[in-house]
Amino acid sequence: MNKAETIETLKSIVKPYVKNAEAFENLSEDTDFLRDLQINSANLVDVALDVEEAFDITIDNASMEKMLNVKAALEIIAAKLAEK
Amino acid sequence: MKKRVVITGMGVCAPNGIGLTEFLEAIRSGKSGIAFDTELADLVFSCQISAKPQVSDETKREYFTELELRNFDADGILYGVIAGMQAWKDAGLPFNSEQADFGSGTIFGSGTSGIGKFRESIYKIDDKNVRRLGSTAVVQTMASGVTAYLGGKLGLGNLVTTNSSACTTGTEAILLSYDRIVSGQAKRMLAGSTSDSGPYIWGGFDAMRVCTFKHNGDPEQGSRPMSQTASGFVPGAGAGALLLEDLESALARGATIYAEVLGGNLNSGGQKGEGSMTAPNPVAVQRCISDALANSGIEAKDLDAINGHLTATSKDSLEIENWTKALGRSGADFPYINSLKSTVGHCLSGAGSVESVAAVLQVKYGFVFPNANCDDLHPEIAAMVAREKIPTQLVETQLQYVAKASFGFGDVNGCVIFSRYLTE
Repeated sequence: MNKAETIETLKSIVKPYVKNAEAFENLSEDTDFLRDLQINSANLVDVALDVEEAFDITIDNASMEKMLNVKAALEIIAAKLAEK
Repeated sequence: MKKRVVITGMGVCAPNGIGLTEFLEAIRSGKSGIAFDTELADLVFSCQISAKPQVSDETKREYFTELELRNFDADGILYGVIAGMQAWKDAGLPFNSEQADFGSGTIFGSGTSGIGKFRESIYKIDDKNVRRLGSTAVVQTMASGVTAYLGGKLGLGNLVTTNSSACTTGTEAILLSYDRIVSGQAKRMLAGSTSDSGPYIWGGFDAMRVCTFKHNGDPEQGSRPMSQTASGFVPGAGAGALLLEDLESALARGATIYAEVLGGNLNSGGQKGEGSMTAPNPVAVQRCISDALANSGIEAKDLDAINGHLTATSKDSLEIENWTKALGRSGADFPYINSLKSTVGHCLSGAGSVESVAAVLQVKYGFVFPNANCDDLHPEIAAMVAREKIPTQLVETQLQYVAKASFGFGDVNGCVIFSRYLTE
């Protein structure tokens, strides 16, 4: 899966939690989940679980803590896929 | 002068109807919400019939967002939110305010919460997978889940809490809400209660053999309060909600008034005398009724109708005896009496509120709904109360004062008095 495809998958994962539709339309690597997309912080754990399922990976607690924006999410997904 | 409390909105999510229009038609016609339950049959329950609200996916989406419905498995919250939001809307109160409404709160009871979600969580935890519970396992399974959801959806800023007292829960919620308005601490209280549904709620009752096992082939005949052939209750679930409001506030808003809550009483038999964990102490039951009348400022002779607890067990005769003694009325002098459980089963923690909605509809529209499955009145009851006071057909008649009582495990009692609202 290339980066563009990963972003598309990530986009479909975060969509149900997003409160700012405009920021979602313009989602890029610099997009922050809380500040830009206005996802409820309690839902970040659900995003992480959905990512685990979609990519068949396990995200440890330390990584989950860092997964606050698209860039970090992409890095974590890439790292976990590489470990497989 | 004591504050007066009126009901300005109602909502209901019952086995025989969702929303006031459907429910009113159902109770007037004696429509049953009891059906064969494949899930109970597959699990080899003795009682394989039940009464559950039929909530379509479309209806769910009227009350919950897509996000809220993700991994959602909490029937009690579902029913409670539907009934509660209906009552709020029916009362003409606003949604989407910017600020919390500090004058309005809720006391919305439950027995358990999110039993389905709880079960799923337990399996995950035992499978060493606690990390995958998701973010809503807590709010769906905490006892106050229903008020947590309602509080946010309605922007309530006053007391937001959940009460729990077994089958008395709904009636208790109304009286606790009434007290909060009378004491001037709130202008409006959404009073209600709800119950989860399904085998994990009903199993314990099935194990006690208190549910009927004789009507798996004819579900609609299964719930037989006051009947000679009553053989146990039919497990049910659902929610009712009543928007209680300070009369001054209701008049100032020009709100529709369904009825007045005159007062009532809550007590316990202390599991003394004939009382126990599962049986009511008759002394306390009679006192609860007498004190409810006194608190409401009416006399026993004024009462026009009773909406009983009457679950369709061997305790029905005892309940009737308690009413005759508490009121000092019997035979043809006894008020009309009916039990909604004949058509919706026993909605457990939801029962008191669902049945109160029915009682208030009777006051508002002037009728006594028919008792289903009671053509063969129990001889012990027939000896105490005239047949025509336990109608099996709809009776159209104006009712000034109606009593609703609920009795629950733990030997707890509640009795509330509703009055037709008359403008002075």
